[in-house]
Amino acid sequence: MNALGSALATTLCERMRRVATIAAAHAEAVDSEARFPREAVEAMRNERLLGCQIPVDLGGEGATVAQIAELCAILGQACASAAMIFAMHHIKASSLVSHSEGDDWHRGFMARVASEQLLLGSATTEGGIGGNLRNSICAIEVEGDTCRLQKDATVISYGLDADAILITSRAHPQAASSDQVMTVFLKDQYTLEQTHVWDTLGMRGTCSDGFLFKGEAPARQILPRPFAEIAAQSMLAHAHILWSAVWYGIAADAFARAQAFVRAAARRTPDQAPPGALRLAEASTLLQGVKASIVAAVEKYEEARQDEDKLSSMSFAVAINNLKIASSQTILAIINHCMLICGILGYKNGTPYSLGRHLRDAHSAQLMISNDRILGNTSTMLLVHKQDTSLFG
Amino acid sequence: MSIIEDVREIIASHGKLPVDVATLADDADLYAAGLSSFASVQLMLALEERFDIEFPETMLNRKTFASIGAISSAVAELAPQERVA
Ligand SMILES: Cc1cc2nc3c(=O)[nH]c(=O)nc-3n(C[C@H](O)[C@H](O)[C@H](O)COP(=O)(O)OP(=O)(O)OC[C@H]3O[C@@H](n4cnc5c(N)ncnc54)[C@H](O)[C@@H]3O)c2cc1C
Repeated sequence: MNALGSALATTLCERMRRVATIAAAHAEAVDSEARFPREAVEAMRNERLLGCQIPVDLGGEGATVAQIAELCAILGQACASAAMIFAMHHIKASSLVSHSEGDDWHRGFMARVASEQLLLGSATTEGGIGGNLRNSICAIEVEGDTCRLQKDATVISYGLDADAILITSRAHPQAASSDQVMTVFLKDQYTLEQTHVWDTLGMRGTCSDGFLFKGEAPARQILPRPFAEIAAQSMLAHAHILWSAVWYGIAADAFARAQAFVRAAARRTPDQAPPGALRLAEASTLLQGVKASIVAAVEKYEEARQDEDKLSSMSFAVAINNLKIASSQTILAIINHCMLICGILGYKNGTPYSLGRHLRDAHSAQLMISNDRILGNTSTMLLVHKQDTSLFG
Repeated sequence: MSIIEDVREIIASHGKLPVDVATLADDADLYAAGLSSFASVQLMLALEERFDIEFPETMLNRKTFASIGAISSAVAELAPQERVA
């Protein structure tokens, strides 16, 4: 069997575990040098994981959101930056898979993502708008068969390493700020002039520099559905689920380190419970809560996808927002618990119990689309939406 | 006043649209005209108050608020008969 055949024969999780081994070996360097995790991304390509979500008839494996979330969690335990890159790529892929089925250009592009293992970047954030992704200042201009766009994209993760960027804008120069489209631009169809440097507390390897984006491409590369629909029906759900899976991975690895610390102490004094044991039990409760929220959200999403009314309902939007808020806050509490358990050995870099990188990476979660913004949206919906108080409803 | 006129008036005062509501046809896409999700909630609250209705969970979606016509038929479905007359 050739290399490709054998890669496809093993399960998705086994393949991601091999990527995670490579990512873990370089995680410290990626963090300290704030550089692109090229070894991990190359390993994703070798394992054909960048195309796994693409439908089977287009050369992918039709991986489900649950499967991809599991992959994010596996990689999140090794290198959060690499895992977030993997998650963001698949969030972009989900827009293609969910909203451009009947469209020839986009089908062809999806086939290329699978066959060439193209890495997809995202440019929603804009100068003057911030994380308010349902509004744009910039507008795409269509002239004949060509479209042109210039955007002050203040954050584009791995912008320089992406093979294509999916970018939002107003639908035309006269369009209202919320009347948006998303367009695929291939690497040779745009220029990026760097405007901001990503020198951050954590998630340093996502290399989310700011750029002035200037692109020109055939107009058929504009996604056929309005961005409002893409955001409400697939993108927000994918983003909150896959981000949460990455964050769960960070917290799960912190937990594993704290548990190793407690077990080592217990082995030294078997007749006496180590001081961190109770706190570890508390962390375990919190970690289970994060896991349960993700699993419940995936189930709700899969169910809602069968019914467009459910998918665009407020109850679904509230539930998906709540997942992001809960997981982004809870992982900080978990990692903090783990830090208290491991003490100085957790605080110091370069020990088997080091948690500094985990804590720094985890702090990005609340800012990645500001929790305040998301809570603001949810609070608006709660003015009319009545929370479902049933347990299984 | 007919429901549709009432609805137009409420959109004009609560829809925060960047365009004049009078220029919009009954079936014009309100989202394309700039209706934000926040404004659609305010609209919903104002409609509930004006018509003394409550939008059920099943109507809390984009479709219900997609056009002046769609809003009016939702209101007509919910409004007590005597007020519609
Ligand atoms: C690791 C990482 C990778 C990222 N990658 C990308 C990427 O590839 N592409 C991309 O486009 N973006 C990316 N982002 C950006 C991200 O998606 C958000 O757009 C960005 O974090 C928001 O930036 P901001 O905090 O400056 O802006 P804002 O959203 O404007 O928020 C600024 C502050 O103002 C407050 N605030 C502003 N408006 C409101 C409101 N309406 N209600 C309540 N509070 C408000 C909030 O408290 C917030 O702290 C990335 C972010 C991170 C952390």
